[in-house]
Amino acid sequence: MAEVMLEVRELTSKYVTRFRENVYAVEHVSLKVEKGKSLGIAGESGCGKSTLALSLMGYYFAPLHYTSGEIIIDGRNISGMDPDDIRKSILGTEISYIPQSAMNALNPTQKVIHFIEDVVQAHDPYKTKKEIHEFAKEAFETLGLPVEVLQKYPVELSGGMKQRTVIAISVILSPKVLIADEPSSALDVSSQKMVIKMLKNLMENGFIKSMIFITHELPLLYNVTDDIMVMYAGQIVEKATAKEAVLDPLHPYSKGLMGSIIVPERGLRDVKLTAIPGVPPNLKKPPAGCRFAERCKYVQPECKVTSVPLHDAGGGRAYRCILSEKVLREAYQHAQ
Amino acid sequence: MPSEKSSCLSGTGLTKVFGSRRTRTVAVDHVDFDFHEGEVVSIVGESGSGKTTLAKMLLGLINPTEGEIYFEGKKRDIRTQKKKKQYWKSIQAIFQDPYSSYNIFNRIDAVLLDCIYMRGGRKLPRAKKIEIMTEACSFVNLKFEELTNKYPFELSGGQMQRLMIARIFLLKPKILLADEPTSMVDACSRATILDMLMQLRDEIGMTVVFITHDIGLAYYVSDVVYIMEHGKFVESGSADEVILHPKETYTQRLISDVPKIHEVWDLSTV
Repeated sequence: MAEVMLEVRELTSKYVTRFRENVYAVEHVSLKVEKGKSLGIAGESGCGKSTLALSLMGYYFAPLHYTSGEIIIDGRNISGMDPDDIRKSILGTEISYIPQSAMNALNPTQKVIHFIEDVVQAHDPYKTKKEIHEFAKEAFETLGLPVEVLQKYPVELSGGMKQRTVIAISVILSPKVLIADEPSSALDVSSQKMVIKMLKNLMENGFIKSMIFITHELPLLYNVTDDIMVMYAGQIVEKATAKEAVLDPLHPYSKGLMGSIIVPERGLRDVKLTAIPGVPPNLKKPPAGCRFAERCKYVQPECKVTSVPLHDAGGGRAYRCILSEKVLREAYQHAQ
Repeated sequence: MPSEKSSCLSGTGLTKVFGSRRTRTVAVDHVDFDFHEGEVVSIVGESGSGKTTLAKMLLGLINPTEGEIYFEGKKRDIRTQKKKKQYWKSIQAIFQDPYSSYNIFNRIDAVLLDCIYMRGGRKLPRAKKIEIMTEACSFVNLKFEELTNKYPFELSGGQMQRLMIARIFLLKPKILLADEPTSMVDACSRATILDMLMQLRDEIGMTVVFITHDIGLAYYVSDVVYIMEHGKFVESGSADEVILHPKETYTQRLISDVPKIHEVWDLSTV
């Protein structure tokens, strides 16, 4: 049995609006990441991917509130802890985060080395600047980044280099879990590849022990992660290995997502893109039954009434649909 | 055959230089191109290869340093504001960032009304205008009744981009310049937007110039692909020819940079 780095049980987080309405952006999410493994989270904009990432770090600042569930990082339960305590004792060493807009994450008036000093001194105030500089240099060499970057201002770096610098800063204290929230969606394909290569090498270099990768680009997840979790409207709708989730999805929503993939491969031009019709439900008033029912092609009358539990399909696979595996597969076959 | 179609927009030796002496940067370097009527043309390149500068020159937003642009076989003349406005009736654009492409003080019905005015519909009765606007909105799956009193920033990125397509639907230009229209939206809305664009093209029969960094996307939509590197076109031809049998190493690299599903993604070649 491999060591479990991050375990989440039935985590629920909510946003409270100005008018005291509760919006449950993450509902009953359970996941487990083992040592040396990476988990991908897919889903469209507004499905709760980033909220989940913030919740995993215990970053509960208003309007985001903790509701229930447990977050256990390497045997240590951090759920319900004060966010300020978490920032001092856990962020950086236990869990770390690469923000979506790394372009804006760096203060333009400080040199890159300053951010590293900041991070290291927050956890070890007695380290001298000289020690930190040595440490940063070594880390940058292992990560394959030019050492000159340390003495530069963020504005002097290109987008891809800025993103890689942000990654280097967030992993410098070797966290056990790294959460990468769309680290490459603002970059062009060539810089994206460099960022992905660096992320993939982090585990081999021993900087991180496990990774959660959040994106809406399925081809990317397929190439980077071991397992994939598909989210829709705050809930997990499918959990599977990367290969199964992409090549043989079970939930109608995952199947729909597959229709939006564009890759430059032979014969692709004849395949019609199949966008999922409609819009995601408003989470202020979530539908009573299955949340995907409004947009689902295979909708049944009872879908709109009864809520659907996560159905275990064996082999670590799970999906949230009232139809059985066999019926779904037949329906997909028929659609082709 | 593309050569039989009449040329819609072409250019010879088009160059744009920014700065002078020490800061001299050649953004677009003597490019020649010929876009035919009814084609979907993709211009693919990395960030900083001069794609957007070229697009701005085609739109007439900046003046080329050297070279000529020919529109429908004739030399393009946009020296006065009046001629420029005339030119913009036949060429329109969708930009990358939907959040900054609208006037924030104008409501959405004003955005659409402007398009009707531009097509000479100023004297139409109010009911007719609303009917036209409703039709345009329903084409892009938006509800006009919900939009009338909203400002552009109240919409999501995908909705804004679709409203942009509704504008194009009303304006019916001859050429549409789409400058990375899908790079700010998620994969799901991307499919919707691309589908709408292609449907619109079939309806109006316009030429689409598609600017993107994603070669997979270019392969999906386009008839002709131009590959751009450091301000120059290094390779061009039909989509199948360029993307399935690339000759230049730059094109090969661009293709290898995209993650694939049925082939192994080689990460060692960075």
